[in-house]
Amino acid sequence: MSTVQSKPRPSLLSGLRNFNLRAYGMIIALALIMLLFQVLSVSVQNQNFITPLNLTNVILQNSYILILAIGMMLVIVNGHIDLSVGSVLAFCGAVSAIALSDWGLPWYLAVLIAIAVGALIGVWQGFWIAYVRIPAFIVTLAGMLIFRGLTIMVLDAETLGTSGTYNKLASGYEVFGYDMKLLTLVAGIIGAALYVLFQVRGRARQLKAGIAGSSQLAWISKVVLVVAVIAAAAFVFYSHKGLPVIGWILLALVLLYSFIANRTVFGRHVYAGGGNEKAALLSGVKTKATSFWVFVNMGALAGLAGVIVTARLQSAAPGAGEMFELHAIASSFIGGASVTGGVGTIIGAVIGGLVMGVMNQGMSILSVGQDMQSVILGLVVLAAVLFDVWNKKRSNGGGLPLVGTTPGGSGEAKRKAEGGSDKEPAEAGAKQ
Amino acid sequence: MSEDILRMRGITKRFPGVLALSGVDMRVERATIHALVGENGAGKSTLMKVLSGVYAHGDFEGEIELEGKPARFRSIRDSEASGVVIIHQELALVGELSIAENIFLGNERKSGGFISWDKTNAAASRLMKQVGLHDNPQTLVEKIGVGKQQLVEIAKALSKNVKLLILDEPTAALNDTDSENLLDLLRALRDEGVTSIIISHKLGEVLSVADNITVLRDGQTIETLSTEGDKVTQDRLIKSMVGRDLEHLYPPHEPKIGATFFEVRDWTVHHPDQRERVIVNNAALNVARGEIVGLAGLMGAGRTEFAMSVFGRSWGTDISGTVTLDGKPLRLRTVPDAIGAGLAYATEDRKNFGLHLEYDLRENFTLPGLYKLSKYGVVDQHRINSVSERLRTEFGVKAPSVYSLAGNLSGGNQQKVVLGKWVFTEPELLILDEPTRGIDVGAKYEIYELIHKLVDQGKGVLMISSELPELLGMCDRIYAMSAGHITGQVDRENATQEELMRLMTLETASGGEELRQ
Repeated sequence: MSTVQSKPRPSLLSGLRNFNLRAYGMIIALALIMLLFQVLSVSVQNQNFITPLNLTNVILQNSYILILAIGMMLVIVNGHIDLSVGSVLAFCGAVSAIALSDWGLPWYLAVLIAIAVGALIGVWQGFWIAYVRIPAFIVTLAGMLIFRGLTIMVLDAETLGTSGTYNKLASGYEVFGYDMKLLTLVAGIIGAALYVLFQVRGRARQLKAGIAGSSQLAWISKVVLVVAVIAAAAFVFYSHKGLPVIGWILLALVLLYSFIANRTVFGRHVYAGGGNEKAALLSGVKTKATSFWVFVNMGALAGLAGVIVTARLQSAAPGAGEMFELHAIASSFIGGASVTGGVGTIIGAVIGGLVMGVMNQGMSILSVGQDMQSVILGLVVLAAVLFDVWNKKRSNGGGLPLVGTTPGGSGEAKRKAEGGSDKEPAEAGAKQ
Repeated sequence: MSEDILRMRGITKRFPGVLALSGVDMRVERATIHALVGENGAGKSTLMKVLSGVYAHGDFEGEIELEGKPARFRSIRDSEASGVVIIHQELALVGELSIAENIFLGNERKSGGFISWDKTNAAASRLMKQVGLHDNPQTLVEKIGVGKQQLVEIAKALSKNVKLLILDEPTAALNDTDSENLLDLLRALRDEGVTSIIISHKLGEVLSVADNITVLRDGQTIETLSTEGDKVTQDRLIKSMVGRDLEHLYPPHEPKIGATFFEVRDWTVHHPDQRERVIVNNAALNVARGEIVGLAGLMGAGRTEFAMSVFGRSWGTDISGTVTLDGKPLRLRTVPDAIGAGLAYATEDRKNFGLHLEYDLRENFTLPGLYKLSKYGVVDQHRINSVSERLRTEFGVKAPSVYSLAGNLSGGNQQKVVLGKWVFTEPELLILDEPTRGIDVGAKYEIYELIHKLVDQGKGVLMISSELPELLGMCDRIYAMSAGHITGQVDRENATQEELMRLMTLETASGGEELRQ
């Protein structure tokens, strides 16, 4: 365990394993699932599964889950959970529908109001979770009930219709009146080119500094894989009507949040706090403030998702968004989030969401009943987390006898070997 | 009288990379109180865990004989069935349950398959009377003091028909009266035929209560003394406990000591959960530039608590006192405050508090200093990489690359990463808590060299260590701490292990008044 002095230089194969297998393996898994449905669909129904229409529908039908999954991933990485997002989404959607239809505000103000209300809800929940240290499970369980009730209250238990540009957010293809069909293809090409450019530049800098992160083969495979995915996606959407408006929004969110997660101090602190809160605290990470903002962000994204759901259904309904929290959580875990926090990527959450979306779509086409669909999705979630647990157990080397690690005696000699301790740092500035 | 209840022969226990016990022999006579003493890390607790089945038979080498019969315990349950009961320093009681429920936890009094509360409470009352506990058996355990909780533990042991009672630091958390009560109880139990093994750092107490004393050092039995026959004194015990020579384990170093720049005064810290407990009591110390100052003390003396409370109040409540750096008082309410003020604290517990084991070296090296590698909150990925690579080379971390996970490194290399991450924040004062714990000799030497390099740059180092030779070999000045008090300081020339051990074991009624030169 702790006696490993150094590892042998990575061979090509182990180098391949070195690169983020979890994240890129997900892309491959998604592709395989799509292929599986293609084969099944052709053999059973004699029709193609992988069609531009079907794939566009996957995006349209799952967009709000994907938006929630982005926020949920940060929550889970930070070591928490949010059960309230379905209700918060419904409440924010209701408020924005009221702003639009009852108050006659323009669509963009209705959107902003929803996001602002969501953020405020995040402030409320984040306060209890981060500063009062009530477990997120409890706070958001309460939130789930509270905001469902408030949704029914503000809607008078009735459905409120929406109309106009607002609804186009969820189903339109034109941005400010421009057709995006050709632009989808162009954006795909430019995106792929920029990706290659950044990768080559980054790789060159790493090689120059003598700190290449992965083997040449692993790196090339990764670049080729990603470029292929971008190109394929761009072509597929181009072949239909271009990337829908919500697709552009999602794309922007994925890029923005990946940047925040990887390249900002805040993002790194989200990970550090979730990975080992005590070590992060002693390294000067303001763990409480970080958790607080993670929940504010989750609220704001739930607000945005609320707008999308409302726009898609062309109405705000008291029962909107039920079970969405579970789908968002499942997306994150399928996408590689660790149950204990600290691990997970934004792109992983989105791919996890897409896996669920594709499976739903595929099974519907194959006329698998709702009952069976639910069973299968449940098993997929379990399998994904099982993989995480197994992976962790393997890297921890099997584990010690349970009893030996309970507090008992000074245990100095044992700690010499393991470096454990029974002192805990207090919550930062318990007196504040 | 001299019948042995217990014989342990050739007990050897290995942990990955460390030999914790090496051929330990121990004999305990029936109906005696047998003390087990030794420095931190000597292997006392490990030996008791071997005895009580925490480490299953087969996990260690050697033989255990209980009442003349070979004992092969696979678990605590096995050992308890044979009448061996261990009471850990951290009591294993459930605060929300009553005294009676705790006594019979896992051993419930039943009638017809269901718990009989009449039986439970009646039996509990009997046992409580035996240990001198005169409370209602239905009182919740969290409502009674630590002293009484100890008695509940003993009552629980008696309920299991204990023959051999093992107590690990039973009086560490007790005040004088409670301690005395407990020791009296042990004497009474001895007269009723119960044998006790007691691990204690309080040598005065050991000499007053024990019939025999076994000294462990570096995982080996040094000797077993009888308090009747042999003339045993505290000094005699201390010599036996520390008894090794300073070898050439420490790199040569010419200290360049400048002016005193870091001072802590009147520092008092309370326990975060039990606010009435004073953990650090009116402590004061100072460090000069270029100086390595040691802080010696036994387990529970309050050294780590002192350091962490200074480091942005990361431990304890109701903290009072002043910290000054270059004469300026510091406001250290949070860890970022402390880092900003030029303090660094490298924890004794690398794996849990010091590192993110699942993250690579880059994340670990740059976490506390991330603000230096970012602009407008956006981190410069390339500088993170290059800084990490520089630190990796500078600190001689043996890892394939900066992408290696911290959890895959050996203890010594992990410690270098911890040092690196703090040095990158450019602190004025580094508090190093057990910087060489669990590290092999070669890596220790490298860590020592790194520490020398730091003080040569004019920084100050406050070094907490449980290994006295290390403090003597490295430090220019050493403070000793006992039960929250700083009981004295010795400079390099006058420092001996015996003198430090004397200060470290000073019973604290007089503590604090003892010299402050």
